[in-house]
Amino acid sequence: MTTPALHVKDLRKTYGNGVEALKGVSLTVEPGDFFALLGPNGAGKSTLIGILSSLVNATSGDAEVFGVSIHKQRSEAMRLIGLVPQEINFNQFEKPFDICVNQAGFYGIGRAEASARAEKYLRELRLWDKAHEQARTLSGGMKRRLMIARAMMNEPKLLILDEPTAGVDIEIRRSMWQFVSGINAAGTTVILTTHYLEEAEQLCRNIAIIDQGRIVKNTTMKSLLSTLDVETFVLDVNRSGGELPALPGVTLRVIDDHTLEAEMSRAHDLNSLFAALSAHGITVTSMRNKANRLEELFVRLVEHGRENAA
Amino acid sequence: MSNHLIALGTIVRREIVRILRIWTQTLIPPAITMTLYFVIFGKLIGSRIGTMHGFTYMQYIVPGLVMMSIITNSYGNISSSFFGAKFGRFVEEMLVSPMPNWVILLGYVTGAVTRGVIVGALVLTIALFFTDLHVAHPFTTFFSVLLGATVFSLAGFVNAVFAKKFDDIALVPTFVLTPLTYLGGVFYSVDLLSEPWHSISLVNPILYMVNAFRFGVLGVSDVPIVTAFVVMGVFVVGLSAVALRLLSRGVGLRS
Repeated sequence: MTTPALHVKDLRKTYGNGVEALKGVSLTVEPGDFFALLGPNGAGKSTLIGILSSLVNATSGDAEVFGVSIHKQRSEAMRLIGLVPQEINFNQFEKPFDICVNQAGFYGIGRAEASARAEKYLRELRLWDKAHEQARTLSGGMKRRLMIARAMMNEPKLLILDEPTAGVDIEIRRSMWQFVSGINAAGTTVILTTHYLEEAEQLCRNIAIIDQGRIVKNTTMKSLLSTLDVETFVLDVNRSGGELPALPGVTLRVIDDHTLEAEMSRAHDLNSLFAALSAHGITVTSMRNKANRLEELFVRLVEHGRENAA
Repeated sequence: MSNHLIALGTIVRREIVRILRIWTQTLIPPAITMTLYFVIFGKLIGSRIGTMHGFTYMQYIVPGLVMMSIITNSYGNISSSFFGAKFGRFVEEMLVSPMPNWVILLGYVTGAVTRGVIVGALVLTIALFFTDLHVAHPFTTFFSVLLGATVFSLAGFVNAVFAKKFDDIALVPTFVLTPLTYLGGVFYSVDLLSEPWHSISLVNPILYMVNAFRFGVLGVSDVPIVTAFVVMGVFVVGLSAVALRLLSRGVGLRS
């Protein structure tokens, strides 16, 4: 049996003001996984990540990173982890190159090796041309990429990304995901929290949803998505007004003159929909899945969990 | 161990780069302030005071003013640098790393002592334009600088750990450090004081640091030199224990 990349055991955290942020979280992440940790604001994600990275003291429970306890063998465990935090937390008056080299130094990596790694990761994250300018002059997206480069300096076996793409434009987001997918493919286990659920759906193989300090779902992305029984398609059409066909199990809505929305059961076949539209003189020129299926499930699970708790 | 040495070297290097990067804030102001002290107290007023313990007033106050520069700059360096790291959240870079707490503490203290020594050397160099000085006891001088700077670096670190805003790191120097320094025998020999002021002065730890350094440079002291080193040693041990305890509990650093 392989040692899990992360094994969280009944982790609890009650802050000094009495807020119970984690109410017994247990979780396992397998080596090499790309794991999504999702939850609404205040669900306990950042507290959990804070405990794993030793920025928050747990009230009780433990976690092991590749079999190493973060409490009993903190230093050894920290060597295995790279953290990309939610908030910018580097010295804005330092240069990206120095920020990376210093971070490596904190992990006991000599300057020659640290300099080589800094150049490698700053180049890969397209920051090399800014490497020797003050970090405060970087754009928001560059600052986020700098934090990824910094987290890679100790070449961690487990990389934790806490909303790394918040406020980052789509092009930079894609390049960031390309980089992270690459290091995941090379063997690094990745844990991701994000509010862009389509990112989680595309990238992650396993998922845990946390709400109000408890894990409300922990499964594979595939099996979670398969529980969604309704899908919505957006159809680009050529039509000259008139009635829409009535089809059992399908709800059709007009968005504008050239766009329809079809909400239908996953069991329903698309051929009958196309045939009915064609019979009414409507030609489908293209179609796409409307939404983010994960987003739909996420909302349902969180709401269901809260109803049960109430 | 080599990992810890690299980590320690990284913090020290970062601190020294910071001191040199903002040299107009870290090195020049104390040099100007002390030059004014030398001109006003040493030259203008000192010439009318006469000798003290067999030295001109200018010679007598130089060691006190050098030590005063060392301890205030060591304190100021660590409190502003560590609190700045907390405020800017980049202290987290160290907290998430495998570095043990003692390496973080030693790194910051070494950086602060370095600034204290650089400023002390600058002030001493300026003093040589005003008077002649010969170091009577080099080892005593060296260790009094080292211990005095370390005590106040540790105190500044504790201050920074508890500080929640920049005002908090200015309060202690203004209301505690400056009065204790001025009343710590920098400008006068406490032998001149009558009771109870003489006895009260003896509970001021800065008195022992100033006199240990003065003994090193001039060979005279108001207090027994062994007592001065014992007092500094006790403060180093006590404050180190407090600082490490605060780091281990994560006070002001970890939730």
